[in-house]
Amino acid sequence: MEHPARPVNVTVNGTSHATEVEPRLLLVHFLRENLGLTGTHVGCDTSQCGACTVHLNGAAVKSCTVLAVQADGAEITTIEGLADGATLHPVQAAFQEEHGLQCGFCTPGMVMTAAYLLETRPDADDEAIKHALEGNLCRCTGYVNIVKAIRTAAQQPR
Amino acid sequence: MSTEQSNPNRLIGASIRRVEDPPLLTGQGCYVDDVKLPGILHVAIHRSTHPHARIVSIDTAEAAAMPGVVCVLTGDDTGDLALRAPMLTPEMNMPEHPVLARGTVHAVGAPIAAVVAESRALAEDAAAAIGVTYDSLPVVTDAEAALEDGATLAHEELGTNHCYTMKRENGDVDKAFAEADHVCRLHMKSPRLVAMSMEARGVLAYPDPIRKELTVWMSTQGPHRSRADLANSLGFPENRIHVIAPDVGGGFGSKGCVYREDVLVCHVAQKLGRPVKWMATRSEDFLTTCQGRDQAMTSELALSKDGKMLGLKVRVVANLGAYLHSATAGPPQRMLVMAPGCYQIQDVRVEIVSAFTNTVPTGPYRGAGRPEAVLNIERLADKAARDLGMDPLELRRKNYIQPEQFPYRTGVGVEYDSGDYEKSLDEALRLSDYDQLIRMRDEARERGELVGVGVSTFVEPSGGAGFESGAVRVDRTGAITVLTGSSSHGQGHETVWAQVAADLLKVPMEDVVVRHGDTIAIQQGTGTFGSRSAVMGGGALATAAERLVTKAKAVAANLMEASADDVVQVEGGFAVTGVPERTVTWRQVAGAAHAKGTPAGMDPGLHETAFFDPNREAWGFGAHVALVRIDADTGELTIEKLVLVDDIGVVLNPMVVEAQVHGGLAQGLGEALCEEMVFDEDGQPRTGTLMDYAVPRASTMPPLIIGETETPNPFNPLGVKGVGEAGTNGAPPAVANAVMDALSPLGIDHIDMPYTAPKLWRAIREARKG
Ligand code: FES
Ligand code: FES
Repeated sequence: MEHPARPVNVTVNGTSHATEVEPRLLLVHFLRENLGLTGTHVGCDTSQCGACTVHLNGAAVKSCTVLAVQADGAEITTIEGLADGATLHPVQAAFQEEHGLQCGFCTPGMVMTAAYLLETRPDADDEAIKHALEGNLCRCTGYVNIVKAIRTAAQQPR
Repeated sequence: MSTEQSNPNRLIGASIRRVEDPPLLTGQGCYVDDVKLPGILHVAIHRSTHPHARIVSIDTAEAAAMPGVVCVLTGDDTGDLALRAPMLTPEMNMPEHPVLARGTVHAVGAPIAAVVAESRALAEDAAAAIGVTYDSLPVVTDAEAALEDGATLAHEELGTNHCYTMKRENGDVDKAFAEADHVCRLHMKSPRLVAMSMEARGVLAYPDPIRKELTVWMSTQGPHRSRADLANSLGFPENRIHVIAPDVGGGFGSKGCVYREDVLVCHVAQKLGRPVKWMATRSEDFLTTCQGRDQAMTSELALSKDGKMLGLKVRVVANLGAYLHSATAGPPQRMLVMAPGCYQIQDVRVEIVSAFTNTVPTGPYRGAGRPEAVLNIERLADKAARDLGMDPLELRRKNYIQPEQFPYRTGVGVEYDSGDYEKSLDEALRLSDYDQLIRMRDEARERGELVGVGVSTFVEPSGGAGFESGAVRVDRTGAITVLTGSSSHGQGHETVWAQVAADLLKVPMEDVVVRHGDTIAIQQGTGTFGSRSAVMGGGALATAAERLVTKAKAVAANLMEASADDVVQVEGGFAVTGVPERTVTWRQVAGAAHAKGTPAGMDPGLHETAFFDPNREAWGFGAHVALVRIDADTGELTIEKLVLVDDIGVVLNPMVVEAQVHGGLAQGLGEALCEEMVFDEDGQPRTGTLMDYAVPRASTMPPLIIGETETPNPFNPLGVKGVGEAGTNGAPPAVANAVMDALSPLGIDHIDMPYTAPKLWRAIREARKG
């Protein structure tokens, strides 16, 4: 069921890409397959798990729920673009410090969701953190250390 | 172990942060779907929409003609290519398990045709264009119903739904029951659960037709066992298959066996001479990956009037689903070794009957038969106490195996290594402020509120299922590599094994690299499941390290012209006793070992391997306490407090251990609160996506208190026991007992998990009506 390709211009982690894609291509597949950014994961087919979370124009979105063509003109940050060179983003550092990951599959989505939360609500308490994680599933950690890590990151001086 | 010098900075026992985290945190992990190869083809599968039907016709013409489609295969093409499970008893019934259906399908999701195409999207388009006509057959979904006379057959050609029966009996059970003052009876069911690793299953096969080799990336918990299973199914030599478990996004038991898609993808790749990949969608994972539990228990506990447990009868009916994976028949057998729990009951009869139904196959899922066994005995203990008007703790204490009785041979003929059940119970009571909880409950009850307190005290075996391998190699420059058969998929082996090796070798942890998950790099292995890594992989590693240190001492003695008996380990190397200035480093020893520096008669090199099998499991134990409240108007259950005390012997890395408890607990609470895979009576799955199947979220987790006691395992070189399943085994029965305690004023005797609001609301309403 091929349809004529459509142009997409996006900036991903600071690099601009001008390309053409099938109109039905999901943003997550665009990132993973076309750009080779495999840090963004697919964990479900019903937009429940949040493993695919990226920042689209500064907001956390589930990239399995956005078409690549809808991202035309957007600035996107994926997990690969979050650290500042070798310096981990405070959320990434806190996930290591508090053991907020086990298998690591949910982790990119968790970290992107948490980073967005702390952008918008730097003072988030446990309730707010748990609420923000409603759309992110983890099967390994029982969330205990994920919540702890986000709390730790929130307390970092910025 | 070889640690003559006491080391104040021991790495064993320290909460070292994980070395595996940085790549996973920065998007540099590499899971199966992240492996890119040129010329790769993709497989999509057309699956049965019927739970039981004869296939009348399969129309693949349209699919085959679609752009980008390389080929379409049906069961006619794959023929006898099938999975084979081990025969557990000579009488065991075994249905066919072809990689693509041949004539009949026995569960929704059974694979009927496979499309191979240039992209995944094209493959999926074409798979959707395949037309199948069915002649539907009657369906059976419940195992107890499947065993009734005249039951509908899940597999007509087998002529029975019965798979296997196993029995174990000790003592004089009939006499014990005849002499009992009271018999406590319960029928209970563990819900069917979905493992739901966040990474669904996937496989990528890369054939090399010239060299006659096959490389397979698989999301698996045990690459070596998978390699053997692939070899058997494909009829291709095991030594020409290279299985790689890259980063694996969770497994929880479900990724221990080889699945039809794994065999199919390897077959297609070999046939076409091109790399081929299949990744399950979440929906496919729900329909095809082994599910857990779904076990019914009918049990009787014989007691004296003062609460002494005299005898136990358990009959398990296990639902195996439609097909047998290599591990499907395993979990129900846990009851054979676990039925009496922490209690001195010598007159025991256990019977396991397992049945086929037209549902997704079951198999090991975190706990794998342990949660069912703990639930069984701990619900019985609580109900018995209520029947006798006794305090449930007093009844338990009266029957515990006592510390001085270990090693203790139980009524089902296994030997527990060590234990102190009162100790962990007392610690849990202390941490929960138990007396205060009971006071609060009683006051709330006075006010007509539904509040309950529940306890479970349990044993949990870990570290079975054969051997594990470990090797330590020191190369010419002194660089140290650990090779382990424990294939990590989130458990932190890269960190913990480096800790253990560095501790035993007295080197900085940074000097040790841990390799796993690769059948060429690693000698042999069994894998990571059943809480076995610390016990088995750790035991193998410690044994190999001890052998290595012994050899290194001989080389060091040669270098220092001393007797090997006078050589001791010091930080970073070796010294001669009493002559502290005479030292050599690991680097010097390794250099010598590779350059004619080994003593006469000793092989060169510094590489020791151990295949470790203690021929017994490690019996961890614990006590969990729950305080729950039920909203009588809505049925909503809130866990207000949860206390978990686990005794897993020596702790290698407390941070990792505690996180294992968290993870196991979350899955246990999923079972207790919300998770259940439901099939309607027509065999259609009603909870086949994450929209319908409720897994715990961050907000599900209750306030937690985690404690520990430490009773070292005398049969393990590190003194360890497993922990991966602690939260799954002990917490759900504690919650169940608390819920039943809360509902006891209404005269409710037993309700099966999960305790969803509608279920509790209905039970409360019924009880109040009647
Ligand atoms: S893959 Fe996007 S929410 Fe699950
Ligand atoms: S760390 Fe494995 S799913 Fe979250």
